[in-house]
Amino acid sequence: MKNSPIKAALGGAAAIGFTLLFSASAWAGKTLDTIKQRDQMVCGVNTGLAGFGAADSQGKWTGLDVDVCRAVAAAVLGSGDKVRYVPLSAPQRFTALQSGEIDMLSRNTTFTLTRDASLGLHQTAVTFYDGQGFMVPVKGGIKSAKQLKNATVCVQSGTTTEKNLTDFSKANNLAIKPVVFEKLEAANAAYFAGRCKAYTTDASGLASIRSKEAKDPKEHAILPELISKEPLGPLVRRGDDEWFAIVKWVIYGLVEAEEYGITAANIEKLKAESTDPVVMRLLGKSDDTGKLLGLDREWLVRAITTSGNYGEIFERNVGEKTPLALKRGPNAQWAKGGLQYAPPIR
Amino acid sequence: MAGFLFWDMKTSFWHQRQTRRWLYQLALMLGLLALLAWLLSNTLANMKARGIQSGFDFLWANAGFDIGESMIAFDSSEPYWRAFGVGLLNTLRVSVVGIVFCSILGTMIGVGRVSHNALARGLGYAYTELFRNVPVLLQLLIWYVLLVEFMPDSQSPLHFNDWFYLSKNGFSFPVPVWESSSNSLVWDVPLWFDGEISQGISLTPEFLAITLGLSFYTSAFVAEVVRAGIVSVPRGQLEAAKSIGLSNWQTTRQVLLPQAMRVIIPPLTNQYLNLTKNSSLAVAIGYPDLVSISNTALNQTGRAVECIALIMAVYLCLSLGTSALMNAFNQRMAIRER
Repeated sequence: MKNSPIKAALGGAAAIGFTLLFSASAWAGKTLDTIKQRDQMVCGVNTGLAGFGAADSQGKWTGLDVDVCRAVAAAVLGSGDKVRYVPLSAPQRFTALQSGEIDMLSRNTTFTLTRDASLGLHQTAVTFYDGQGFMVPVKGGIKSAKQLKNATVCVQSGTTTEKNLTDFSKANNLAIKPVVFEKLEAANAAYFAGRCKAYTTDASGLASIRSKEAKDPKEHAILPELISKEPLGPLVRRGDDEWFAIVKWVIYGLVEAEEYGITAANIEKLKAESTDPVVMRLLGKSDDTGKLLGLDREWLVRAITTSGNYGEIFERNVGEKTPLALKRGPNAQWAKGGLQYAPPIR
Repeated sequence: MAGFLFWDMKTSFWHQRQTRRWLYQLALMLGLLALLAWLLSNTLANMKARGIQSGFDFLWANAGFDIGESMIAFDSSEPYWRAFGVGLLNTLRVSVVGIVFCSILGTMIGVGRVSHNALARGLGYAYTELFRNVPVLLQLLIWYVLLVEFMPDSQSPLHFNDWFYLSKNGFSFPVPVWESSSNSLVWDVPLWFDGEISQGISLTPEFLAITLGLSFYTSAFVAEVVRAGIVSVPRGQLEAAKSIGLSNWQTTRQVLLPQAMRVIIPPLTNQYLNLTKNSSLAVAIGYPDLVSISNTALNQTGRAVECIALIMAVYLCLSLGTSALMNAFNQRMAIRER
């Protein structure tokens, strides 16, 4: 156990307390300037969710959320490696961002009204459209979430999941009993030990946990019902609109790059040869879009070279060839029936 | 006359030692209060500047989440303060059961450690060293794994005489209840049907793990406290008791215990406080104690400072309350020195 729960809670409180106390003057400063000055971006990520944010045995971070951090760092600092990752538990994450400990929170976080309006944070752009689902052991014979009457369900605290579960239980008269763990790892362990009849979190998380933690992934089934909308994406602090815009537009840039067929592999060739006005604009050959964001002309070129376009990021981390084996579904481009729709970069 | 005046001058109001002492104390107190006020107002101002909403008004909003186990009926449409109440009761439940259990166990082992029986001494020694020296969080996790990983699932529970059931869902046992229709005590026996247990009393693995873990851990310390208390009574006292013909029981009751108690109670209070505070580790194994509920509330509302302040206030009150009770007990038990 790296962090005891109390330590986490008190650490969070101490962090917010101290930073609020002693950083009053530093607050008005620009996040971008600070990042450039220290030549490093600090990114809050998951403590370990395969496919989204997890460190391997060498301490190298990978995942969809991590690749977004790398793309932003590449756009701002010129290299995707100039990122320090801060693994955060669900209850710690907002405090870490509010207090300035991290520059951006890229940790499969759901966008909601309460979080947008009351935490002093901005939700940037959706990097993954998700929904909450249930996982059950196959041998239990449960085929639908509506069969979970009086069931104990393992869940991680500090997430939107707890409330969705209650809403679903109430709407269907199921009297579900939640068993709430602070740590993802503890919730996983309890479920796989058989404490709970079902496990609930975002469907992508279920796929990740099943692929990584189950002794035999085939023994666990993800039920068909999705009981909520979970648009996940990075958050930044309020009060620095320029930084907000940069993070948002890097994500849009990655999405639009996929739409126009720009990949990490063909970007150099396109830069030299393409005559498509949209591609030329994206790659900074005609308009200088970077200037408006306070960056240079090549910002998006570096982001794409580092992480690939949105489709490449998806396939590399969570796509059908990975252990998670997720379909694009709602995360496909809008032109292909999905929800990923970037406003034009112009 | 002159001498009197001189004395008066030297010790006028400002020159009296007593006055100055009070003034220093007052200045220190005011300084501390001012610092506290500044910290508070600065925090609030900064939170406001960043658009972080604050205040305790959220306590009256709908909680919107369920709680796995609760001593009072709780529904997700009830306000946050009731959810906090449920958490507090769950914390108290663990603390009270844990304190009773660790006192009994600790006393037995403490007495065992000073017994004439070598086996009892050795076992007591091994127990104390084992439980004292393994971190308490680890012990909790071990208990939880034992109760969850290695128990049969609820479809085929271990059962004894159809009265006691033990499975991954917890432990169920009968309780005597007063039946008004027949005016007699009857046993409310757990009924098992297809993996579900109704009636009787059922304890969840989370509650069992936190209570057993904390009780065993703290009992090792209590054993040492009890042993120290017994050893602190001079041999001469016991020999004197024997020489005037007191029986073993009389010696223990009239001579040994009263003198041992005054050594035992103050450090025992400490152990009780530790147990209460350690119960916040429950969050690691999924028991919905005050910290766990507050964590959830914190995340639903984003009121980090408020939630942490609430937890601190509650634990402070619990600790001060326990101390006050134990101090009163100590006063009663203490030997009146004549």
